[in-house]
Parts: sequence; C-alpha cells; structure tokens
Amino acid sequence: MLNALAIDIRPPLAAVVAAKSALVVWPVLPLERAMRGETTFGEPGAEASAEELMTAVAQRRDRKAFVRLFETFGPRVKAYLIRQGADRASAEDLAQDVMLTVWRRAAQFDRSKAAVSTWVFTIARNRRIDTLRRARRPEIDPEDPALVPEPDDPADRVVEAAQRSKCLHAAVAALPEEQARLLRLAYFEDKSHSVIAEELALPLGTVKSRLRLAMGKLRTALETME
Amino acid sequence: MMPEHHPGDDLLIAYAAGSQDEPVALVVATHLALCPRCRNEVERLEDLGGVLLEELEAEALGEDSLECVLGRLDEAAPEAPEPPARVPASVDPRVPRPLRDYLGAGLEKLDWTSYRGLDKAELLQEVPGFRTRLMRIKSGTAMPAHTHEGTELTLVLAGGFSDEHGHFLRGDVAEADAATDHRPVADPGEDCLCLAVTDAPLRLTGPFGRLLNPFLRI
Repeated sequence: MLNALAIDIRPPLAAVVAAKSALVVWPVLPLERAMRGETTFGEPGAEASAEELMTAVAQRRDRKAFVRLFETFGPRVKAYLIRQGADRASAEDLAQDVMLTVWRRAAQFDRSKAAVSTWVFTIARNRRIDTLRRARRPEIDPEDPALVPEPDDPADRVVEAAQRSKCLHAAVAALPEEQARLLRLAYFEDKSHSVIAEELALPLGTVKSRLRLAMGKLRTALETME
Repeated sequence: MMPEHHPGDDLLIAYAAGSQDEPVALVVATHLALCPRCRNEVERLEDLGGVLLEELEAEALGEDSLECVLGRLDEAAPEAPEPPARVPASVDPRVPRPLRDYLGAGLEKLDWTSYRGLDKAELLQEVPGFRTRLMRIKSGTAMPAHTHEGTELTLVLAGGFSDEHGHFLRGDVAEADAATDHRPVADPGEDCLCLAVTDAPLRLTGPFGRLLNPFLRI
C-alpha cells in the first residue's frame, strides 16, 4: 500500500513531502498505525463502530478489536440464552462458543449486507436451535439453481446495514409498550405465538395483529430512510 | 414469476426468531427460496433481532471468560460435521432447497399413497404434533370440502389450485385454520404439487387413546 502511494504521487509533490517530513515530526495518524498493525481499539476513549472492529478482526486478526466486541456482545448473548431457557452454566459456555465462532468466521462477515449485531444474533440463534432445541434449521441455499433470484441488483441499495439498525433502534423505542413487549417475547422466549397468547390471556388473533402493527411501523421507518 | 400469497408477518417473525418447529420453518424457508420479497423481509427481521439483542440487559460473564476465549483463538476450528447428503438439483428442478434435502433419493422414490386423484407422501414423521406431507393433486381434481382442527399451511411447488380464498401458484402459501371451510380445485394442465403442514393434535396413546384414535383422526 505504501509503495502504491509513492508511485501515485507525482515527483514534485513527493519531493515536497519528503523534504517536509525530514523537518517536521508528523503526528501519528490512526491509519498509519493501523497499517503498521497497531490499533487504537484497545485504548479508552477510542471510538470505533462494531463494523470497524469486525473489519479489523476479519482483515488483520486484531485481538484488541475482538476483545471490544467480546465485551459488548458476549454478555448480551449470554442474556439471550438465559431468556431462551438455558441454565447459567450452559449459557456461559454457549456464549463463549458463539464469540469464538465470531472470531473464526470473521472473514464471512459482510458489512454491506448485515450489521454486526444482526450477524451475532443469527449465529447465537442457530447455535441455540442446534443445542437447546436439538433441531435442524431449514435454510435457503443462495447457490441453489432453483432459487428465484432478486429482480434488482442488491448493489443499488444505498442504505448501509449499520444505518438500518440505527433506524430500527429508534423505531423500536417509538413503539407502544405492548407492541415492543410482544416483539421481545416473540424473539426471546422460545415459544409459539399461541403459547404467548395463552400466557398473556389474549386471543391469538390479537397477538398476531399487534405483531403485524409493530411490523408495519418498523417497515415505514425503514422506507422513509431509503 | 413472483409469488402473490405470502406467509403472514407472524410466520416470518417466528422464522427469523427461530421459534418455529421444523415442519413450519421448512414451509417458510422453501417459500423464501422462491420469493425474493420475503427473503428481504426476513433479513430486516434478523436486523431487528440484532437490535433487540443489543438492547438486552447484559448478563455478566464469568471472570475467566475472556481469558478462556482468548486462549482458544489459535485453536484449529473443529471439523464441521459432515453435511447431510445433498440431492442434486437435477433430480427435480421444481423442488428448491431446503425442501430438496428432505426428499432422500428424490421425489419419485418417496413412499406415495394414492386415493382418488390425490397422492400423498409423509415427510418428517419424527416431529411430534405435525403432519408434513407432499401432495400431488391430479390436474382438474376437486378435493372434498374440509375444515381443519389446527392450522394448515400449503406451499405450491408446481401447477396450481383455487379455493374460496384465491388462486395459488408456484411459491404461493395458503394458510387455513379451524374457521376455514374450503374446497380446493387443482388447475387444469400440470398436476398440482404442494407441501402441506398441519399442526394436527397429538395422537392419543394408551389403551383408551388407541380406541379413540380412529374417531379423532379423519
């Protein structure tokens, strides 16, 4: 990368830069440090998004960046597993496993497709179905010739995955409490909607229509940003 | 051609959340293979899962948790379990994955039973509380009018059928519950091939249950 820069800079400018750098002590920029394999991720006060941390893990196997991700997501994955019915000891073991998978599969993370939180959620969810439910999860195969392809080019989508998540955070916060609570139950308790309806002493139709209402609001929020 | 009848939001939410039983998830996932619109919806619902995960109150990890994981970063990843044998797409191009993986040696090798223009083959018999069937209805055949005890989800894979609720073609999902009294008629032309999942009530066992079953199971 440094070589490429040297070639790109035309001789007169390169000469100026060379002359200047001989006299002035340049501040060490984060980019230069990153190129030397150092990062500021482990230092207090350094602001890096989860997506930047994940990219650092994927491209440079950056352990400091991984520690930051571990501290953010590990305890939440554990909380998720406890709510799904795991006892504390297995929730701890599984949360460690999930974070180890995040490290191992880092190269598969695609920030244009998903936010880090989405990606960690799907890893934790699938691990839970494997171990707590002992079931197979039927999933599509993007390479299957029988799959009906997307009519438009996904590259046309302008909104970044992380932005979408930010927008969803705000939209969830704006939901009426009963709808937000129902969404959390639907995502965190491994129960069918009819069992949830029974526990809340609501007709199943009411549970379904509240979920539909909530989805409608979240959809509108996402559409207005696009 | 895009499907026009999609699974309801509650089914897509339960799929993204991973709270469905395998037969229902199989209908949803096979619909996703045929429906880019719902694939996109499920991606957004997974984003929502991530957002809700981030909002969860943290549960402190064990003191040695981080150290333990850091110590394992350089370990070789465990060998992935042997994936189940895949049925090549050429066996039946009408059946996309994941359903194709449940067909064993292929559609024609299933254990079909036939009765008056309707062929049925049972899948996923090991999952209690559900009947998962592939159905082949001879073109132009009318099924007898029926209601359901539970919910029936039908995904069309080939051909089509009509009932009081509409016209269903490849990729479409029809949802029928106890209140639905319908009389599906297969389209003329190609035979109608579909995947149908019913959350049938659990079969009663024991001496009295066995006596009662012939009356309960129609």
